[in-house]
Amino acid sequence: MSILIDKSTRLVVQGITGREGTFHTRQCMAYGTKVVAGVTPGKGGTTHEGVPVFNTVVEAVEKEGANASVIFVPSAYAADGIMEAASAGVALIVCITEGIPTLDMMKASAFLAKRKSRLIGPNCPGIISPGKCKIGIMPANIFKEGRAGVVSRSGTLTYEAVWQLTERGLGQSTCIGIGGDPIIGTSFLDALRLYNEDPETEVVVMIGEIGGTAEEDASRYVRDNMAKPVVGFVAGQTAPPGRRMGHAGAIISGGKGTAAEKIRAMKDCGLHVAASPADIGETVVRALKERKS
Amino acid sequence: MKIHEYQAKKVLAQYGVPIPRGEMASNAYEAYEIARRLGGTVVVKAQIHAGGRGKGGGVKLASSPAEAEQIAGKMLGMTLVTHQTGPEGRVVQRLLIEEALRIKKEYYIGIVIDRLAKCPVIMASPAGGMDIEKVAAETPELIFKEHIDPSVGFEPFHGRSLAFRLGLSGEFLSPAVKVMAALYRTFEGMDASLVEINPFLQTEDGRLLALDAKITFDDNALYRHPELSQYRDFHEEDPLEIRASRYGINYIRLDGNIGCMVNGAGLAMATMDIIKLVGGNPANFLDVGGGASAEQVKNAFEILLGDKNVRAVLINIFGGIVRCDLVASGVVEAAKAVGIKIPVVVRLEGTNVEQGRQILRDSGLKFTVASGMKDAAEKVVSLTKQ
Repeated sequence: MSILIDKSTRLVVQGITGREGTFHTRQCMAYGTKVVAGVTPGKGGTTHEGVPVFNTVVEAVEKEGANASVIFVPSAYAADGIMEAASAGVALIVCITEGIPTLDMMKASAFLAKRKSRLIGPNCPGIISPGKCKIGIMPANIFKEGRAGVVSRSGTLTYEAVWQLTERGLGQSTCIGIGGDPIIGTSFLDALRLYNEDPETEVVVMIGEIGGTAEEDASRYVRDNMAKPVVGFVAGQTAPPGRRMGHAGAIISGGKGTAAEKIRAMKDCGLHVAASPADIGETVVRALKERKS
Repeated sequence: MKIHEYQAKKVLAQYGVPIPRGEMASNAYEAYEIARRLGGTVVVKAQIHAGGRGKGGGVKLASSPAEAEQIAGKMLGMTLVTHQTGPEGRVVQRLLIEEALRIKKEYYIGIVIDRLAKCPVIMASPAGGMDIEKVAAETPELIFKEHIDPSVGFEPFHGRSLAFRLGLSGEFLSPAVKVMAALYRTFEGMDASLVEINPFLQTEDGRLLALDAKITFDDNALYRHPELSQYRDFHEEDPLEIRASRYGINYIRLDGNIGCMVNGAGLAMATMDIIKLVGGNPANFLDVGGGASAEQVKNAFEILLGDKNVRAVLINIFGGIVRCDLVASGVVEAAKAVGIKIPVVVRLEGTNVEQGRQILRDSGLKFTVASGMKDAAEKVVSLTKQ
């Protein structure tokens, strides 16, 4: 099994005719994802990559039964795209776009709060349930079907962790990149709740980074509610305060959001903490052994 | 993006926040002229992008234009060290000459983003003039908060609630609420990630004013505010970071000697971490972008080599959608173009990794090819110690 997406997922690509949208639509389809529609305002009625293109998301939902969306539109229009998808009743919205103004995201979040849609991202690689469905920009070949859940704020660091798992024969149930921005749709906590309820996920890897307190909140949930082992890692142990480390959300401000605090919270709450990014795979192996013994 | 105090005050004033009379001076003579125009006692304030200036000797009273000139002469060009500048400090290039005010009470008002609640939060405190982070840590009960619904915005009741808790009632209630409303308009109108008035002043003669102000802008929204480019002070930024930003490369200079080139922000941070763990010291954070194209790798090499402390380079690329053989060709091409002379350790992983490694080995350049992040970090650290 998997969480959020599987073989029944019907995807609409917002911004399908753009360069990124075109390339990744092709990649997702090659992986087996059912891409049922694309949306590019003004190009409705055409087809692109063999997929019908509509002017609005609501048409893609009504005519093709889309129940998930992926957004590749430029940052100035991405929050609008998120709200359009939510308004059309799309259950899962995955926003890949990087660089969305924080104010736009706060407004979009307030809009989403009144609706049933779930947002993943923005500024994220997307979500994949290996062997079933891929919605995002991650390289498919490093993933393997299995029982580890992976949730992370970063892109390539997630690939690194997944590759370490796959190398050790540990497949993944679902991997979610929640995004590197300060305001995101799905949090670590939300993802952990879903993994906790998924019978096929038996271990979870949580890859955090400096900034905010989401790792701390998630760690408390693990301590109080999680029935499965959780392996944690926090990137940015050497990051100086007050500097934005690439991701808009990766900044130590007001003395809050340091890696040391997050690692302490993880350890205090019983997570298995990988000391170095090279040890993530081994730590998962150890966590699974400990659980069995 | 950060701006100076005098610029922040100008922005706040445009949105209706009352500020003291004052002007910016970049030489001692201007300081004299401004002090003369203001009349009476003035305050000379060093303008750097860091707090804690008062304790570092960057804020001084002058009772005459001549004294203002004398103080300005000493302050301009001096290196100001505060708890926020780091030990190297900042050279003072500009001053704010401002009317001196008779202070009755100092407050704090600020707006930041609450990530968890996904909305702005206005914070107010009667413990003004102090380091608000310290207040938050030691006496959190002295910080009052009101969350703002971003789709509705600031409403007067938010302001009243905070003003009453600050003890600003009676004749001060309405002006205090107006200042908070103006502060929110600034936050929203300018796409700020932080606006702060500290201290927010009540004067002996019954005025409410912003005595010091700080605004940080959301870099993602700068495209909506072309007018802000005039506020950028290149003296406050590292020249290599300025160059990197022109190439669209995320680069932050640190004080180590191992140059890092990585694709992706999270992996770049993790690479710095593992260098430290195996006993080395990273010279920088550098995210060359997901694609790691030959052109960007070349630009990144130039930035890295611009830092004379760099004694070896570690390239860590996880080739995802981009194939490793393409990345390797790009690295070879870039290294040849730049004429690199210091050791370079390359760690590639992902699609076509073997072809990629072979290209590096056959390049005729002295690359050290590593397998895995730990191996790469150990190799580069040992090379810097030779």
